[in-house]
Amino acid sequence: MKKAVIFYAIVSLVLLSYALHAALVGAPTEQTMGDVQRIFYYHVPSAWTSMILFFINFCASIWFLIKRDVISDAIAVATAEVGVVFCTVVLITGPLWARPVWGIWWTWDARLTSTLVLWLIYVSYLILRKYATGGQTQVLAAVLAVFGFLDVPLVYMAIRWFRTQHPQPVIGGGEGSGIDPRMMHALLANWLAFMVFAGLITFLRYRLEIVTREVDAEHAKRALHDEAAFGGAQ
Amino acid sequence: MSAVPMTSATPVKTSTPSLWAVTRSTLSRDFRLEWRSKDAINSMLFFALLVVVIFSFSFDPTAEESRSIAGGLIWVSFLFAAVVALNQTWARELRNQVLDGYRVSPAPANAMFLAKSIGNFVFVMVLECLMTPLFIVFYNLRSIGPVWQLLLVAVLATWALVVNGTFFAAISIRTRSREIMLPLILFPISIPAIIAMVDATTVILTGSDTPRFWMELLAVYDLVFTTVCLSLFDTVLNAE
Repeated sequence: MKKAVIFYAIVSLVLLSYALHAALVGAPTEQTMGDVQRIFYYHVPSAWTSMILFFINFCASIWFLIKRDVISDAIAVATAEVGVVFCTVVLITGPLWARPVWGIWWTWDARLTSTLVLWLIYVSYLILRKYATGGQTQVLAAVLAVFGFLDVPLVYMAIRWFRTQHPQPVIGGGEGSGIDPRMMHALLANWLAFMVFAGLITFLRYRLEIVTREVDAEHAKRALHDEAAFGGAQ
Repeated sequence: MSAVPMTSATPVKTSTPSLWAVTRSTLSRDFRLEWRSKDAINSMLFFALLVVVIFSFSFDPTAEESRSIAGGLIWVSFLFAAVVALNQTWARELRNQVLDGYRVSPAPANAMFLAKSIGNFVFVMVLECLMTPLFIVFYNLRSIGPVWQLLLVAVLATWALVVNGTFFAAISIRTRSREIMLPLILFPISIPAIIAMVDATTVILTGSDTPRFWMELLAVYDLVFTTVCLSLFDTVLNAE
C-alpha cells in the first residue's frame, strides 16, 4: 500500500504542477481584471472541492448512524478536516481577489456569507469532536453533521434575500455566460489537481485516524492486562 | 411470611406509556420545579436585563434609529438569555441519573425531549413577555407595522431557538466544558433562523415591507429541525 500512496502522491504533484502552469501561463489574461483574475483558478476549485468533501462527510455521518462502523466515522473526520482547510483557502483567496476588483475586502453577499457560515458550522463540528468524551464522540458528531448539512440550504435562502454582489454563475449561468476555452481548461485542470490532492491528504488523514484508534485500543488492552497481572500477584 | 402468593397477584400491565402521557407528566413536574425554584426564569430575566442595559450604553439611538436596530437588539438579548436556561435543561436530570432511568425504561425518548422543549419554550416566552415593556421604555419603541404579526414571529422564532437549543444542550452535557460548548454548536446552526427573526421584527417595526418571506423561512426552519430532532433524539440519548 505504501508504494501505491507514493505513486498517487507523485501523480498529484505532477497534476498540481501542470495545473499551476495552465493557470499562470496557459490561460489568457482577463480583459478587465488583468492578472489578478488568475486567483480564480484556485478560488473556485477549492470551493468545489470543499463542498464535495462536506457532502462526503454528510453521507459518511448518515452511514455511521445506520451501521456504526469505524470506517465511516474515520472518513467523516478526515473529510471534515480537509474540507475546512479548503474552505479556509476559499475564504482567504476571496478577499484577496475582491479587494482589487470590487474595491472592498468583504461584503455580506449570499455566497460569501453562506461559505463563511458553512465554515463556522464545520469548525463547530471539529470543536465538538475535540471536546466530546469517550465513545459518544462519534455519534454526537454524526448527529451534528446531519444538522449542519440540512442547515446549508436554509442559510443560502436566508442570505439570498439580501442583495448579492458576487457574480452570477459564469459557467452554465444562462445567456451571456461562458468563458474562454483555455480558461475553462485551466480551471478544470486545477480542479482535477485539487481533487486528487484532496483525495491524497484525506486518505492520509483517514489512515492516521484508523492507526490512532488501533494504538488506543492496544493501549487499553495492555492496561487491562497489566492490571489483571498486578491484581493476580496480590 | 408476608409475601404475597403468586397466584393472587394482579397481572402486571406491560403496555408502554403513551408519548403524550409521559410528556405531560414530565412537563408538569418541570413546571412545578420551576414554579418553586424560579431558577431558569430569574437567571434569564436578570441576564437579559443586563444585556439590554449594556446595549443601551453601547448605542444611543434616537426613536427612529432604534426602530431599525431594535430587531437585532431584542433577539440577541433573548438568544443569550435563552442559552442560560438551555444550559440548565439537562443538568438536573444528569445529576439525578434520570437520563439513565429513561434509557432503561420503556417510555418513548421523544416524550422527554418534547417535554423539555415545550418547557423551555414557555420559559423563554414568559421572559419575552416580561422584557418587551422594558424594550419599549428603554428604546422608546413604537411599531409602525401591525403588532399582532410580532406575536406570530415571536412564537415561530422562540420555537426555532428552543427546539435546537434543547437538543444541542443534550449533546453538550456529554462534553468537557459543557456550558461553553452549547453556544459554540448552537449559534452556527441557528444563523438562518436569527437572520429571519431579526429581519421579520425590523420589517414589522419600521413598517417598510411585509415579513411574509421571513415568517415562511422560520416556519420551514421549525418544521425541518423539529423533525430532525425528534428522529435523532433517541440516538443521542443512547449514545455510548
